[in-house]
Amino acid sequence: MATYDEVLAALADPTRRAIFERLGGGPRAVVDLARGLPVSRPAVSQHLKVLKEAGLVTDQRDGARRLYQLNPEGLGALRTYLDRFWNVALAAFATAAGNEGDRK
Amino acid sequence: MSMTDVAVQQVVTVNVPIDRAFALFTDGFDSWWPRTHKIGAADLKQAVLEGRQGGRWYEIGTDGSECEWGRVLAWEPPKRLVIAWQLDASWQYDPELLTEVEVRFTEVAPGQTRVELEHRDLDRYGEAKDEMRAALDTEGGWAGLIALYAQAANA
Repeated sequence: MATYDEVLAALADPTRRAIFERLGGGPRAVVDLARGLPVSRPAVSQHLKVLKEAGLVTDQRDGARRLYQLNPEGLGALRTYLDRFWNVALAAFATAAGNEGDRK
Repeated sequence: MSMTDVAVQQVVTVNVPIDRAFALFTDGFDSWWPRTHKIGAADLKQAVLEGRQGGRWYEIGTDGSECEWGRVLAWEPPKRLVIAWQLDASWQYDPELLTEVEVRFTEVAPGQTRVELEHRDLDRYGEAKDEMRAALDTEGGWAGLIALYAQAANA
């Protein structure tokens, strides 16, 4: 399970988000993912590595090529993301309330 | 895969009276809402939570564009607020769809208020439409949700 920061960092990059969203359409090879993106194939591979390390993507061999797909276990990442989203929001709220953050 | 368990909770305690905590959260929404938490293409100019039953919850971009987030489902100052988060699989406002964000305010001591937030009913994404259910039944179905929040948090 990736940490909040890893998930956040993985999806912070717009190119990685684009790759991630493309994988929502089903498993893809690097060459398919690179098509139409303004980055090189090695760059796409590097982005996939980061997504994989964040637990958002898995890969498997399909004959001569490697297919990447979204990690169904990444549902945990969704909760992680929502947690983080509201944590940041409420922290901002507490700050606005003139509070040093008596967080529980 | 089931999404029925997808709910998250956050709790924070603030050193202001309950009336003030509620007012800051709602009337003062724009004053504390993180600028990074938005869905529109433009930078966030103002985040608005209209303080009434059925009130709109939306953002205004610096280009004047407006993006709906949802609406107020329960307006019970100063103790409880329920707002609908209504964005479909393509991250457009969909009045047919809602997930709930409930915010409860409790006075824990004079001048001190606990704020509990729960974002729940994400499984309703799977009930909203057949195509939505189909999308969610695939392994990649939740991807857009994360992408949405990624955009919201990082755009």
